[in-house]
Amino acid sequence: MTITLASASSGAVTTSSAYAAAGSARHTPLTQLDLLEAEGIHVIREVAGELERPVLLFSGGKDSVVMLHLAVKAFWPAPIPFPVLHIDTGHNFPEVLAFRDRTVEQLGLRLVVEHVQDWIDDGRLRERADGTRNPLQTQPLLHAIGQGRFDGVFGGGRRDEEKARAKERIISLRDDFGQWDPRNQRPELWNLLNPRHRTGQHVRAFPLSNWTELDVWRYIEREGIELPALYYAHEREVFERDGMWLAVGPHSTPRDHEQVSVRTVRYRTVGDMSCTGAVDSPAATVAEVVAEVAASTLTERGATRADDRISEAAMEDRKKEGYF
Amino acid sequence: MTHQSTMLRLATAGSVDDGKSTLVGRLLHDSKAILADQWDAVERISRDRGLTGADLALLTDGLRAEREQGITIDVAYRYFATEKRSFVLADCPGHVQYTRNTVTGASTADVVVLLVDARKGVVEQTRRHLAVAALLRVPHVILAVNKIDLVDDAEARFLEVAAGAAEVALGLGLADLRAIPVSALHGDNVVDRSATTSWYSGPSLLEVLESLPVGEVSDGEARLPVQLVIRPQGAVRPGADPDFRGYAGRLDSGVLRRGDEVQVLPSGRRTRVAGLWLGDRNIEEAAAPQSVTVELDDDIDVSRGDVISAVTAAPAVREFTATLTWLADTPLRPGARLLLKHGTRTVPVIIRALTGRLDLDALEQHATDVLSLNDIGAVELVAAEPLPVLPYAVSRHGGAFLLLDPSDGNTLAAGLVAG
Repeated sequence: MTITLASASSGAVTTSSAYAAAGSARHTPLTQLDLLEAEGIHVIREVAGELERPVLLFSGGKDSVVMLHLAVKAFWPAPIPFPVLHIDTGHNFPEVLAFRDRTVEQLGLRLVVEHVQDWIDDGRLRERADGTRNPLQTQPLLHAIGQGRFDGVFGGGRRDEEKARAKERIISLRDDFGQWDPRNQRPELWNLLNPRHRTGQHVRAFPLSNWTELDVWRYIEREGIELPALYYAHEREVFERDGMWLAVGPHSTPRDHEQVSVRTVRYRTVGDMSCTGAVDSPAATVAEVVAEVAASTLTERGATRADDRISEAAMEDRKKEGYF
Repeated sequence: MTHQSTMLRLATAGSVDDGKSTLVGRLLHDSKAILADQWDAVERISRDRGLTGADLALLTDGLRAEREQGITIDVAYRYFATEKRSFVLADCPGHVQYTRNTVTGASTADVVVLLVDARKGVVEQTRRHLAVAALLRVPHVILAVNKIDLVDDAEARFLEVAAGAAEVALGLGLADLRAIPVSALHGDNVVDRSATTSWYSGPSLLEVLESLPVGEVSDGEARLPVQLVIRPQGAVRPGADPDFRGYAGRLDSGVLRRGDEVQVLPSGRRTRVAGLWLGDRNIEEAAAPQSVTVELDDDIDVSRGDVISAVTAAPAVREFTATLTWLADTPLRPGARLLLKHGTRTVPVIIRALTGRLDLDALEQHATDVLSLNDIGAVELVAAEPLPVLPYAVSRHGGAFLLLDPSDGNTLAAGLVAG
């Protein structure tokens, strides 16, 4: 090995080394999507191999659909060896729920649903003043995890979504109260995943940690993955609130001063109808969506999620309590 | 931008207040990876705090405590792409007590960007981070000599700091070190070359990152730790063979082709690859780091934890020596009974002896009978079952392992097989 010192005229220090002697590559180079797919499948298999009772969070949203697609690949030709779980806020888009049920049926999966509405009806939870139910999902989620005695929970969270998520490990330990402690996370070394934990604790596993929104859409395009139709441009009755287009529906009714109009929109994220906004978009095909996302100047959450605008640390606070 | 581009994994390291988060923010901002709403938020908070300009560190310091204390606590991952390449960036904190996060970031990095403050030069933390990079055999290290705008006679100071780091790097056997004078605050030589450092004619940080060669993990012997045995039996998917029996795993290194002769470690039984699957796609060959399912010719006993490897691979061993980075608050003493995870196999292990601790100031090995948090030391260990380990110098995956606490599963140490 040699290290040549920086000289002012030649600029950066350069060295030669044994590492430079890379060998011969002869197979087709793997693309970024190939690498992300390989990592996601590895995470799913490793959690399935180490833990007794994993479960996969499946809402019908694009990230959970891609995660489920990876799970199908991970175990093929055997079926996915664990159930899927959905925390239904009661404010979900009907067409997304229909898609969820159809997908579960096609793959022969067992679907566990925990209804936030039940918790509100019997008084365990109270409706918030702003009407959004996203933060209300935490208790029902932790309850469902406890009831199912699930020790590993796959989530479709991505680190590019949000600043607090950017800090979370691929395998993330939750204490007996379901809480995330961002200051005391396990080091995640090489590709050696460690989902071991004490009884009462569980882990969250995020196979899509290193994917960006654009990666997800390119993968959907490459693999021909079906999504709920509202991800593509369609006409919808909407009104403006907090700078977003909210759909007119049973859970999001316009107030007196809010004008309703019919616009060509699509959804970049799909969550609670009361706080998930649509964006103006003519993108009706997956190729058009890929092009649109590549050129977008707003993050998907910035463009579409009212609940993340509550404060700078809204997501961190929800996550610490046990949220997705 | 093409998604065919290669992906480069980089980790940042540096001491507190060297301006690491600012550099990362600058890199993201100047390479146009920051979207309008993220930038609006940074400007709004900066204004609320009475700052005159936007505080770039706010782009990565995402946790409440980080914003309150103005420091980075935990590794943050960021993604950005230029026309030439896409990047996964692990922003690692600089506190002494958080060296384990640097180990975390460096373990998967192709390049470590190490910051030093031009006014302070090479400090203990710099030596520690260079040692970690050398230990984990990170292929490239870039020394970003930051705050170059704040020193008199910047050229001489830059050369002095770069020479100091190069001397340490030489002592550690680091493969590749390049130094660049930067100002993260003003953006000098981060993305664009700076006119204020006219004495420096080298490339900017981003230019170096875009042009670094990435090692091919598909080089080397084929090695696939088995994660799961796939046996659909009665529940087979339509069109598939009901008697299917395959071994699912991710190639650590090398290439597997249908028909290749392989051995299964630790047993050493030999057979051939009968089929390779990626999902429902039957493929001719698979290369690291792909996740595939392998069918074998003979009906031999293979289970999770075994390694399907080239016939030339070394046999499994129970006793070996290793270097540890101790990551736990409770110190390690000889005789400790722990769990060891290597590939997909976890086995009980006894630490038979501590043979030395690395003194990062003198860069010498000293005798010791204890390893404390953040210590790097040499050990002899004996495992309950034979493990197909390789020297870390030969294989970054075959030579890496974790030590785990048997009671709660916590990760205690990063281990590197010696030899």
